[in-house]
Amino acid sequence: MGAIRPLDEALSGIADGCMLAVPREVSGVAMAATRALIRRGVKKLHVVALPTSSLQADLLIGAGCIETLETSAVSMGEFGPAPRFTAAMLAGTLHMKDATCPAIYASMEASVKGLPFMPLRGLIGSDLMAHRPEWKTIDNPYGDNDPIVLLPAIRPDVALFHAPMADKAGNVWIGRTRDLATLAHASARTIVTVEKIHDGDLLADPILAAGTLPGFYVEAVAVAENGAWPLPLPDHYPADGAHLSDYVKRAATAEGFARYLDEYVHARRAA
Amino acid sequence: MRGARPEPCKIEELLAGIIAGLIGDARHVAVGNASPIPATAALLARERGDGRPYVSLLQSRKHNFFTDGGCELFDCAGQGRIDVFFLSGGQIGGQGDINLVSIGDHDKPSVRFPGSFGSGYLYYVVPKVILFRLEHSRRTLVPKVDFVSAPGTSPDNVYRTGGPVALVTNRCVFSFDKAKNRFRLDSVHPGHTIEEVRDETGFDFDMPADVGETPAPDAETLRIMRERVAPELAEVYPQFAAKVFGIPVAVPA
Repeated sequence: MGAIRPLDEALSGIADGCMLAVPREVSGVAMAATRALIRRGVKKLHVVALPTSSLQADLLIGAGCIETLETSAVSMGEFGPAPRFTAAMLAGTLHMKDATCPAIYASMEASVKGLPFMPLRGLIGSDLMAHRPEWKTIDNPYGDNDPIVLLPAIRPDVALFHAPMADKAGNVWIGRTRDLATLAHASARTIVTVEKIHDGDLLADPILAAGTLPGFYVEAVAVAENGAWPLPLPDHYPADGAHLSDYVKRAATAEGFARYLDEYVHARRAA
Repeated sequence: MRGARPEPCKIEELLAGIIAGLIGDARHVAVGNASPIPATAALLARERGDGRPYVSLLQSRKHNFFTDGGCELFDCAGQGRIDVFFLSGGQIGGQGDINLVSIGDHDKPSVRFPGSFGSGYLYYVVPKVILFRLEHSRRTLVPKVDFVSAPGTSPDNVYRTGGPVALVTNRCVFSFDKAKNRFRLDSVHPGHTIEEVRDETGFDFDMPADVGETPAPDAETLRIMRERVAPELAEVYPQFAAKVFGIPVAVPA
């Protein structure tokens, strides 16, 4: 369990057509790994973003890697709409399973607990329900005329994210970014990129251990320095705003996006 | 000082001042994605309240006390531990429905927005939801939205402890009358008129006989916003903090 491997080898566990779970834009997105997957030509992914996505989903959509996207929003934040997501939605080429943030957390928590479903408040009367026949409304069996929605568990094949460090046993330090633990606990397998390898045992120090995802859950770890770039790795480096701003302009057209891929994805081995 | 002659301020500052007032007495205010003006308002309220309310900027490290991820946030909301939240919409309907998804057919839309974010839950369970929309026009404020990300009100038997209390735009402030299920014009911003608000609003709304002018923030409020709040905003909204408050954008090392 938890072997340190070269990036491309670590990503070999992400097969075409698999359900891939990823974190939101400020929780440690494995961008170097995402570029490597695009270079490899991964296809037909069912991506579940907990609970939203930005550049990662936009790149994968533009590069033709995603068949189904399940998330609550795709946006470039202060830089505006996500251009390839928007274009794909307008063209009708992306199967989008629109959700609301806590619905994705709840569905993953069901998987974390090994349960078939989880109830959630809200949702009733939303058109989100109209497009999700698998979301069912029941009458609360402990209440009196109290409708409540049930969401089926989401059990991803693989979770992929970027974290500050791992040790040689594959224990991964995630700190307070607990969404990463939710992703790992909910998914069948977990692949992680890290800034660096910690020299020692992360579980031996009680302070570090509290923020550590045990290697038990982790199939593979690859070192990818600056691996969230141009997205941030909170507490380590900020987003590269100039790059993101430039991306949004270039990706406004399919041609501009193709040139972006040539320059930043295909031209570099592990940028 | 309160009541001092207002000095010139930007629309963002005017709206943040108004929203800070609408927050009122709260224990915990949370601010989601793409909400720089509500974030300004929440931090302003905290500065003026000497540390109260707790403010959670969900995109922030520094202004975010959660240590158990998104699960903790939504658990908190479900328990009623978040008093105030902010939502917007590509369209906002006259009955408080919001649309963050699309215009036209959902599967082949003519316009696509980013998505519903937390609205399909938080609109129901946060007692005070303040709506904001900087483009006040007939295409954004509509009689009926094309896609309901979250409805303004729910039938009596649906569990609902929260919902809209106000809608703040670049032209005016509406309050939401839950009993009548419609908006009511509260005040019009300096430089704008009631006629203009009527012309530019796609839905019907109530209008009392005396609609006043939205009060501009006083000098002390502006000083707190510019000197103490603006530098804190730059972590999460660097472009906004640069544009509105002139805070330099940090360059990654």
